[in-house]
Amino acid sequence: MGLQESLLLVLLTPWVGGVLLVLAGRWPNLRDAISVVTSLLLLLAVIALYNHAGNGTATPPELTLFTMLPGIEVGFRLEPLGMLFVVIAAVLWIINTIYSIGYMRGNNEKHQTRFYLCFAIAIGATMGLALSANLLTLFIFYEVLTLSTYPLVTHKGSMKAARAGRTYLGYLLGTSIAFFLLAIIWTWALTGTLEFTPRGIFKQDTDAASLSLLFVLYIFGIGKAAIMPIHRWLPAAMVAPTPVSALLHAVAVVKAGVFTITKVVLYIFGPALTREIPASEWIVYLAGTTIVVASWIALRQTNLKRRLAYSTISQLSYVIMAAALGTAYALLAAALHIAVHAFGKITLFFAAGSIYTATHKTEIPQLKGIGRQMPWTMAAFTIGAVSMVGLPPAAGFLSKWYLLMGAMQLQAYFVLAVIVISTLLNAAYFFPIVHAAFFQPADDDTGKIHEAPWPVVLAVSCAAVLTLLLFLYPWPVLSLAALVSGATP
Amino acid sequence: MSAHLLILLVVIPLFSAPLCILLRRSRLVWLLSSLSTGACLLISILLLQQVYRSGTVTYMLGGWSTPLGIGIEYRLDLFAALVALFVSLVGFAVALYSYTSLQKELPRHKHPLFAAAYLLCLAGLLGITVTADVFNLFVFLEISSLSSYALISMGRDRAALLASFRYLIMGTIGATFLLIGIGLIYSHTGTLNMSALQKVLPALTGKASIQASLAFIMLGLAIKSALFPLHLWLPSAYTHAPSAVSAFLAGTATKVSIYALARFIYSVFGKPFVITQEHIGIALITLSIPAMLLGSMLAIKQQNLKRMLAYSSIAQIGYLFLGLGLSTVASVGATITHLFNHALIKSALFLSLGCIVYRTGKAEISSLSGLARQMPWTMAAFTVAGLGLIGIPLTAGFISKWALIRATLTPDYWPLAVVILITSLLAVVYIWRVIEAAYFQPPAPGSTGRTAEAPLGLLVPTWLLVLLSLYFGIQTTVNFGIAVKAATALVGG
Amino acid sequence: MKILYLFNYWIVIVIMLAGLYAVIASSNLVKKIAGLSIFQASVFILYISSGKILGGTAPIVDSSVPADVVFSNPLPHVLILTAIVVGVATTAVGAALIIRIHRAYGSIEENEILEYEE
Repeated sequence: MGLQESLLLVLLTPWVGGVLLVLAGRWPNLRDAISVVTSLLLLLAVIALYNHAGNGTATPPELTLFTMLPGIEVGFRLEPLGMLFVVIAAVLWIINTIYSIGYMRGNNEKHQTRFYLCFAIAIGATMGLALSANLLTLFIFYEVLTLSTYPLVTHKGSMKAARAGRTYLGYLLGTSIAFFLLAIIWTWALTGTLEFTPRGIFKQDTDAASLSLLFVLYIFGIGKAAIMPIHRWLPAAMVAPTPVSALLHAVAVVKAGVFTITKVVLYIFGPALTREIPASEWIVYLAGTTIVVASWIALRQTNLKRRLAYSTISQLSYVIMAAALGTAYALLAAALHIAVHAFGKITLFFAAGSIYTATHKTEIPQLKGIGRQMPWTMAAFTIGAVSMVGLPPAAGFLSKWYLLMGAMQLQAYFVLAVIVISTLLNAAYFFPIVHAAFFQPADDDTGKIHEAPWPVVLAVSCAAVLTLLLFLYPWPVLSLAALVSGATP
Repeated sequence: MSAHLLILLVVIPLFSAPLCILLRRSRLVWLLSSLSTGACLLISILLLQQVYRSGTVTYMLGGWSTPLGIGIEYRLDLFAALVALFVSLVGFAVALYSYTSLQKELPRHKHPLFAAAYLLCLAGLLGITVTADVFNLFVFLEISSLSSYALISMGRDRAALLASFRYLIMGTIGATFLLIGIGLIYSHTGTLNMSALQKVLPALTGKASIQASLAFIMLGLAIKSALFPLHLWLPSAYTHAPSAVSAFLAGTATKVSIYALARFIYSVFGKPFVITQEHIGIALITLSIPAMLLGSMLAIKQQNLKRMLAYSSIAQIGYLFLGLGLSTVASVGATITHLFNHALIKSALFLSLGCIVYRTGKAEISSLSGLARQMPWTMAAFTVAGLGLIGIPLTAGFISKWALIRATLTPDYWPLAVVILITSLLAVVYIWRVIEAAYFQPPAPGSTGRTAEAPLGLLVPTWLLVLLSLYFGIQTTVNFGIAVKAATALVGG
Repeated sequence: MKILYLFNYWIVIVIMLAGLYAVIASSNLVKKIAGLSIFQASVFILYISSGKILGGTAPIVDSSVPADVVFSNPLPHVLILTAIVVGVATTAVGAALIIRIHRAYGSIEENEILEYEE
């Protein structure tokens, strides 16, 4: 199988799977089997692509669909950052599919066919977004991703879900239309191209004020990255079923946001220019503030999923901050953190969903002693928490390490301070949960093991194991991140 | 042959109209009107191809020569061909749609009358696009307007009568202003032919009466195209007209008036006079801003969905005038693109709304509760067309928005880009109100909860336009490539 | 006497404004239509006035007519015939609408009809 074909296969598989599972909608077992097979096929295609392109020596494969506007084609091109994102999304999709099957059946959710279809479309859009060759293609898939996740967020169909959906859509669609699109068209007006080009597309003589404003427009336009003050949609979207939260927080949506920002920094502005733009410094401060404030808010939440949501907001700003710093090590950290956070956060969400499926508990004070009832789930939760805090032997340590190196290089004491404070806060809001779960007696302790359905437990365990493995064998991801940034790890 | 095609575009619907009355049988009449609008569509496609390949097509009616005699010249350039294409396209879809739609809205014996008025209206609109004679343009404009008054008055509601009457008063005042303007030009130049006028008028721009004629013509056509604040006739007319008529007029009538306005600016008076000397461009831009913002805000407040779409049209007309007012190749290109795209999108929206009215009898937002489960295809059509109105990528609306924003991103006019973006955010709000009501609200307690999906006779034409609006969002050679070419020829770089 | 020389045009303006005033000010629909007709009639006069050439004769070209005779321009008359047809059609449609309105509402006063609609 050639490179070109692998690329096509990666792009098409989720969509074909989506069509097939709609056709099989009447037979739930067949439908779910199709979902699993599709996700496996996608992973195979991604692996084929990775084997060809992972070392970065081969000429990147390209694919052009059609010319949308004169001079702008809808097309795809493989590059290391996109490859990294594709690998994460494909791996996590499999786990998420298995988990979804257990969760959706365990909770007797309605409209499961629509659910799996939207899921497949969202993954298809993620693949397109990750591999897009220019900003317009990326924008198209960015919007498809927003719209395809809307039915997932509002899956419950209640008015409460509709209100949450309104917030979700309002923030994401609003920022993308008002800022992101404007930034894209402005870029097009200034440079006459939207192709992702190493070292950026802006000419030397573009004035600093325009560039600053554009940079700010991009950061705020990419609402999926949830920098404050456009973070409200993420906690609102917590009404969705847990697999959707996992999709939002780990697999696709927020990752698409920070991925897009990193991509814009790398291939539209270029790292050198990013460091020079006055606005990038302000974005570093804003991201740093977001990290600390969101961690602080997370500390005060008593609902487990909401705490996780605010934790995500703070973790996302690590990537934004690293990207805005623009040095080689910082960019390495940004790329790596996209992967690392994905694995850690999906573990945590799966654990939260697993608890909900087995016991219908959602509040943190209810979790006393639950470690004895659900040892597998809570072990996984612990690993996820360790990764979030950034301790070895979990993957979170890696990206924090490189970010620290990048900050040291620049002698950016603000960044150092932010990392230290947020690490403390992270520890403060995760470890008490772990402690309570394992070392405090439950109010209703029956002494029996009462785990969630096996697909759920399997998925949680897989995610936790992957988080550990990523620390022990980081090379597949680290080499890609190194290619992206040009730093030697 | 090809030259005759040009005049056939007008002649076919014009002659089919009386035939409809003679045929009498509802089904036969529908067949005839579908056939003749279909023929118009075919001809306009052929003509567009021909104009694209070998340039402007002209035709002399009766073979009289222009300079001396009263021969009427017909001429089709790229701009006109593009407008003719979408007018006949919408005309064809609505003709197909009207048969089923009218079953519930009009007694059977009136169907032939409806078809006759409909075809006359189409003939008038197509006539405006093909004529190269300003007086002829007035006549065609009145043919289309008079028949549209009749069409609107056929609405089920008695308020339709009053809406139609008010439109008649406003429309006639507008047309008479146009007539005065044409008369003043004629008394100075002795010709009515557009290309002849374009040659002689630049020498006369100092004369007060030519300036007055410009003012009269601009004002007259601004009334006809419902530019804010001359839009008051539009919401009621679209709200109370039969569904098919709302869809047809929303897609074509105001658009063709804007076409005529652009013609007068660029092909009769000329850009140096209108834009540079008389600053009409600034006036149009100034009026387009409240049109966009207030139109959208009023759309948000409406409970009646037809009225909501009507106010949304007023906002979209603001976009169109904005492009005309900026008066660069890019901005006029954007206007032409948006003329085309918005015609498809807005007609599709009105048609899907017509499906809802057909089943529920109401167009209130409250009657939509839980309708998505009962009429999935209709609501899907509305949703997709609504996304087009917002301007989501892969829909035709995105292309318009891209072109428009690109045209406003100049050192002087960039704040207009912000206005456009705010307007499209407001569009998200009013479209999403509908979607939430249909997909999330439980059916009203009083209702049976058993509304059937709309019949195929309605769904097929609706989806035809919806799919086309997606197609033109991906394949943009016609609605963007040709539009820019047309604008280049019109504004002349 | 410039003012008298432009007599026709003064008349046009007076009639035009009178017509417009009737359209705007009267609440009676029939009066509105009548005003509209008057408004249109003023434009007809405008056209015809411009076609008249002082000392010109009827534009009938015949071999017996000497070559230096000045003709009035016939084209405005032709045009205005068309415009009159349009005007008549408008009045007819308007009148027909008024009949329907009267049947539906039992009134042709705009303010009364609006009260029914509320």
